[in-house]
Amino acid sequence: MTQLWDFSGGIHPAEHKQQSTARPIRTAGLPERLVLPLQQHIGDPAEPLVEVGQRVLKGQKIADVSIGMGVPVHAPTSGVIESIAELPVPHPSGLNDWCITLEPDGEDQWRERNPVSDYRKLDREGVLEIIHEAGISGMGGAGFPTDIKLRPPRDRKVDTLILNGAECEPYITADDMTMREKANEVVAGLKVMAWILRPERCVIGIEDNKPEAIEAMQRACEGTQIEIAVIPTKYPSGGEKQLIRILTGLEVPSDGIPADIGVMCQNIGTAVAVSRAVFEDSPLISRIVTITGEAVREPGTFEALIGTPIDHLLEQAGLEPQKVNRLVLGGPMMGYTLTTTAVPVTKTTNCVIAATEAELPTPPPEQPCIRCGQCAEVCPMELLPQQLFWYSKSGEFEKAEHLNLFDCIECGACSYVCPSSIPLVQYYRFAKGEIRVQRAEQVKADRARERFEARQARLEREQKEKEQRRKERAKAAAEAQAKKQAEEEKAAASGEAVDDRAAKAALVQQALERKKAKAAGTTPETGRQTPATEEKPDVEALEKQLSQAKAKLDTMQGMLDDAKAQQADNVDKLERAVAKNHDRVQRAEQALAEARKALANTTESQTSD
Amino acid sequence: MWTGILIAVAVLLALAVVFGGLLGFASERFKVEGNPLVDQIDALLPQTQCGQCGYPGCRPYAEAIAQGEAINKCPPGGESTIKALADLLDVEPQPLDSEHGVEQAKRVAVIREDECIGCTKCIQACPVDAILGAAKHMHTVIESECTGCDLCVEPCPVDCIDMVTVEPDIRTWTWTPPPSGIIATDRQGASA
Repeated sequence: MTQLWDFSGGIHPAEHKQQSTARPIRTAGLPERLVLPLQQHIGDPAEPLVEVGQRVLKGQKIADVSIGMGVPVHAPTSGVIESIAELPVPHPSGLNDWCITLEPDGEDQWRERNPVSDYRKLDREGVLEIIHEAGISGMGGAGFPTDIKLRPPRDRKVDTLILNGAECEPYITADDMTMREKANEVVAGLKVMAWILRPERCVIGIEDNKPEAIEAMQRACEGTQIEIAVIPTKYPSGGEKQLIRILTGLEVPSDGIPADIGVMCQNIGTAVAVSRAVFEDSPLISRIVTITGEAVREPGTFEALIGTPIDHLLEQAGLEPQKVNRLVLGGPMMGYTLTTTAVPVTKTTNCVIAATEAELPTPPPEQPCIRCGQCAEVCPMELLPQQLFWYSKSGEFEKAEHLNLFDCIECGACSYVCPSSIPLVQYYRFAKGEIRVQRAEQVKADRARERFEARQARLEREQKEKEQRRKERAKAAAEAQAKKQAEEEKAAASGEAVDDRAAKAALVQQALERKKAKAAGTTPETGRQTPATEEKPDVEALEKQLSQAKAKLDTMQGMLDDAKAQQADNVDKLERAVAKNHDRVQRAEQALAEARKALANTTESQTSD
Repeated sequence: MWTGILIAVAVLLALAVVFGGLLGFASERFKVEGNPLVDQIDALLPQTQCGQCGYPGCRPYAEAIAQGEAINKCPPGGESTIKALADLLDVEPQPLDSEHGVEQAKRVAVIREDECIGCTKCIQACPVDAILGAAKHMHTVIESECTGCDLCVEPCPVDCIDMVTVEPDIRTWTWTPPPSGIIATDRQGASA
């Protein structure tokens, strides 16, 4: 008998499992259309590989992740791609996300399949690649890509591989029925994973409220070294950290992963998917979903293609719409209310509850906390739910984080026992979200600062380089000037005439001096006139024009000086440009003077009136 | 008796000299470069570099705050930044100075690309180099790097830049707090 430990806290809610285990697993059949969300797990969304109108075969890859963490999406049956659009997806927000819609053609024609005869002949990377290409992500909770999970960090050795068959949440029976009916596939998949990880111990943990499943698994495991651990029924023993505690007595460190203590947990459904991927070359295109609740006539489990709309399944289970009060996706403890039945089954959808008002009543309004402490008693993570609640509610997220808010597994045990019916978990989820948003903003702000500083440094450097170049040019010009002077002296000494270029330069110089004098003459005038210009915008504009023209003239002059100093060929051109600018300045001055005159006249006439 | 007093004085003097030397050495050896307070303030500012506070960037404003400037001139940071600054500097939080703008939802700049003439004016205006393009070629905003500072809108000669409010999508969505304000007796009263 396997030694078992206990975890603190936990509750015993009504199980409600017998309704959906009474019938064998049914095949849901082909719906009218399949809706395949591009993101069905945590990580990054996949990108479509197909176009609208394209015919695809069953099992064909239709979307893949090129950058980031994720797995491909496959066509669950043959058909035509109807659209790639934003449609409702199963998400607590009720928002839409990108989905590929596939219209089945009813032929169910497979793509070419090449199952490996003996996976042991491949290397481990090869098998992991098969698992990745089959699009397998964890089918229990968040849906972590299985191939990545099966590659623990190099310095961690997984010595205990746990298959999680606890399925502790009320109503959900998907794993229970899978173990009863597909025990051989579960064991085959587990063996593949064990071959990849080479653990010392391989355990399947099953709660003692599933005797049929236990029996089936024991039969399937006969002659192998796989242990079947029957654990006492208590919610949430199926939580990864709780199950590890029960089966090994070890505790997963805060902020850590199970591989840190040499343990790995995999889901029952994932094992089946791995087995199909390796032995049948069949990607993850269907899963077992429980449809239950008092508002359906024939509750049970269905093998549904990924992408099957929930309403198709509800119809098959005999939904009585007038009875439905609330549709819950997932279990009653951790699931969320669906706003529409148009959402599809995804790789992580395990249960849909169509509940009547009596079954899952609308929660009564929240009452003040009476500090009874029951929440702390049932918390399986040994947190302080009361304190977390106060800090989350008052927005003191930092203090909540100090009390290990992020270790909360959101199991809902605290909300379940709260006599004041406070939706505690919703407060924790809100606080976690806010903290994540703040962190993301901080990261973004830091990056903006970095970019700003880098830009600032670049601008400074460019300025310096410009300065440097200017100095070099001035130096070169001075040298050239000195050389020319020496030559002139030599020429003068030899009695020859100065070259005409120098004469021209002298002329330009004179012209510039004249202009400068003029500019100096006009500047104070503008200074005097400013108060009047405030009322008359066109004078202002003209002044602006004038100063612009002057600035341009100055730069031209500078360029001309440089060109002359270097005896460049474009001196003529520059001279012309300077003359043109000169004209422009004059014109601007004239216009300004006229405008002023006009203004003076109007003011005069106004005053005379 | 005198010797006792002398010894005590000598010992104390020696201790004073030794510790004085130590402290002097330490203050030189472990001298803090720059102003750590400015860094702390700068870390709390949103780094939009928008200049709405009247300073050319977040760091200059942080420096001014360290010199005693008001803490309520940062519209992008809004109430939360003012609160954080008030906590850090141990002063009373003040309401946002509306003279410098109002708090708005997060926005990003988007260039209407077929209208862009490729003048590079917005590239020069962007404080975080979040606009990509070359002269006479279309420009575009790198959305993930845009701080929503607005500074590129004004210089654009063809007015082809829009400030678009960021709508929450499924990946940025977070849980809302449970509705508050209703208590059990209210509901009983309403249904009665």
